[in-house]
Amino acid sequence: MDIHEYQAKEILARFGVSTPRGALAYSPEQAAYRAREIGGKLWVVKAQVHTGGRGKAGGVKLCRSEDEVMDAADELLGKKLVTHQSGPAGKIVGRLYVEGGVAIAKELYLGFVLDRKSERVMVVASSEGGMEIEEIAAEKPHSIVKVSVEPAVGMQAFQAREIAFALGLRPSQIQSAVNALMGCYRAFEELDATMLEINPLIVTEDDHVMALDAKMTFDDNALFRHPAVAELRDKSQEDPRETHANDRGLSYVGLTGKIGCIVNGAGLAMATMDMIKLAGGEPANFLDIGGGATPERVAKAFKLVTMDKNVEAILVNIFAGINRCDWVAEGVVQALEKNPAGVPVIVRLAGTHVEEGRRILARSGLPIIRANTLAEAAERAVAAWKNNANTVGLKVVNA
Amino acid sequence: MSILLDRTTPVLVQGITGKIGSFHAREMRGYGSNVVGGVTPGKGGATQDGLPVFDTMKEAVEKTGATASIVFVPPPFAADSIMEAADANIRLCVAITDGIPSQDMIRVKRYMRRYRAENRMRLIGPNCAGVISPGKAMMGIMPGNIYLPGNVGIVGRSGTLGYEAAAQMMELGIGVSTSVGIGGDPINGSSFKDILELFEADPETHAVVMIGEIGGPQEAEAAEYIRDHMTKPVIAYVAGLSAPKGRKMGHAGAIIQAFGEGASEKVELLRDVGVAIAPTPAEIGGTAQKVLKAA
Repeated sequence: MDIHEYQAKEILARFGVSTPRGALAYSPEQAAYRAREIGGKLWVVKAQVHTGGRGKAGGVKLCRSEDEVMDAADELLGKKLVTHQSGPAGKIVGRLYVEGGVAIAKELYLGFVLDRKSERVMVVASSEGGMEIEEIAAEKPHSIVKVSVEPAVGMQAFQAREIAFALGLRPSQIQSAVNALMGCYRAFEELDATMLEINPLIVTEDDHVMALDAKMTFDDNALFRHPAVAELRDKSQEDPRETHANDRGLSYVGLTGKIGCIVNGAGLAMATMDMIKLAGGEPANFLDIGGGATPERVAKAFKLVTMDKNVEAILVNIFAGINRCDWVAEGVVQALEKNPAGVPVIVRLAGTHVEEGRRILARSGLPIIRANTLAEAAERAVAAWKNNANTVGLKVVNA
Repeated sequence: MSILLDRTTPVLVQGITGKIGSFHAREMRGYGSNVVGGVTPGKGGATQDGLPVFDTMKEAVEKTGATASIVFVPPPFAADSIMEAADANIRLCVAITDGIPSQDMIRVKRYMRRYRAENRMRLIGPNCAGVISPGKAMMGIMPGNIYLPGNVGIVGRSGTLGYEAAAQMMELGIGVSTSVGIGGDPINGSSFKDILELFEADPETHAVVMIGEIGGPQEAEAAEYIRDHMTKPVIAYVAGLSAPKGRKMGHAGAIIQAFGEGASEKVELLRDVGVAIAPTPAEIGGTAQKVLKAA
């Protein structure tokens, strides 16, 4: 789960990490009021969206008066921000963070990740802040410092000092950097984050080390023990199809193709998408309905996939292990009788009680295109999608 | 022979009194596995389908002589159960549970390192379908009837995609020595390389089908091992060709976060070390057949 910059900064501040003075605003008037509260002569108005690359996309505005703050807020609120990381759909700006300007002496990069190779938390830092880590890795690889944390004891102060010195900080700046590093690590570890990125981490002209930006992602599997973190979820930043699925316990990722997929198992769902692509189509989604594909789950899945107006054909691919094809077939029939899909539906069943499942589909009289193998299913789905106009109302094809 | 387990392996079920644990305990016994009991804290002394239930793993191991355990404990408590198994001197632990926090798994892996490599419990999973040695025994949730006994090893992250491969192979008359699901989590007990090592050493395994997916470094690590140590042919498919970067595809670990973690990059690495690549997921069985005929 992702959270907003201001939320991440509030968390980090609780763990002793310095951040510039800032406050949240939902309207231009409120933004101007916040600027006055903060004081000073320079402010930054920042769009709060769950994506990187805001600066380049015009989502961060430097302002020198309250009027400028008001104008910046007016321009940003309600705007769809499309960045190189957000995808073409972009993210709607519903909240702004107004921050006091600070005199920056140096910009650094600081990241914490779960490193899958060492199976530990890894700290990645660089003296080249402000650039994306991928760019730093490509252009200034020697500036990158990596330190892995021993999980039994957590991060130690000497490690934080090593990083700070390696970043070229002066003795007068080291303690402030150590506080920031240790605070970030504690927040990461205690709250089950999977990613924490501060870019840039700045050194001010008076030797303070501060988080100028903050991005945090949390482990969905650990939210059960962090209710306060779970509450930070902002559904307005999610794909509405994914929110709908998520709230119903389905594992769904919205994509941009035309062929909707309903599959059991994550691996088989990915493989089904691959098959569609190799057969000349594009998948509209990833959807894993899980091991126990009950009729209710199948019905929910149909409802979800048909919510997507781009979907012009639906491929159901079920490999019944513990569950049974006849139950799945009944689920498909029930779902389609209640709510006809309006687009061609291709069903491939395999595994336990497959013959009975196929009979149920055939007997239903519904215009279901049946397939026996994965290859057949993908080919028929792509063909049906291409001839969509002709296939609506198609009679049962004997597979 | 097979790897990891056979008909005699005495198995405990952690979480045996739960709905899922009790169901799969019956399925495993039905398949021929030597299930000797189970553990549910607070239910010690009871029986479940005629099997003794214990409060702790230590007591269960002492009374039954079990060397293996399978974990059906809910995610918040599963890491603890795995560590309890390690501490009770279990040799093989299969964790089925999906949804264990990553940092819990970091702690589990760190905890297991207290034991010397030769005494360390082997962990399979979590978030996996388990292990089956067809015709002998299973510790998992797979449908046993889709596996023909034979000489090809299967190792994969995904459960259902592994079923798909086994079913395609059965259709072509190709049998399986052992099939191992290593699970879809970012931090897991055994890697592709760990299982390839076992298959390489197993005289009854003649070739290995490896089913990878996007995310993480384990396919690349396997490619290095195959290049340097593997004498048996390997057939591979990597799922997620059409998966976008930065999106989690169902499995907690199926996410492209860095260069080299995409399906096509992994396929390249494997192809370069002589692995036969199944061009589509529908051709895993067919590719295996070609490789076996050529061998």
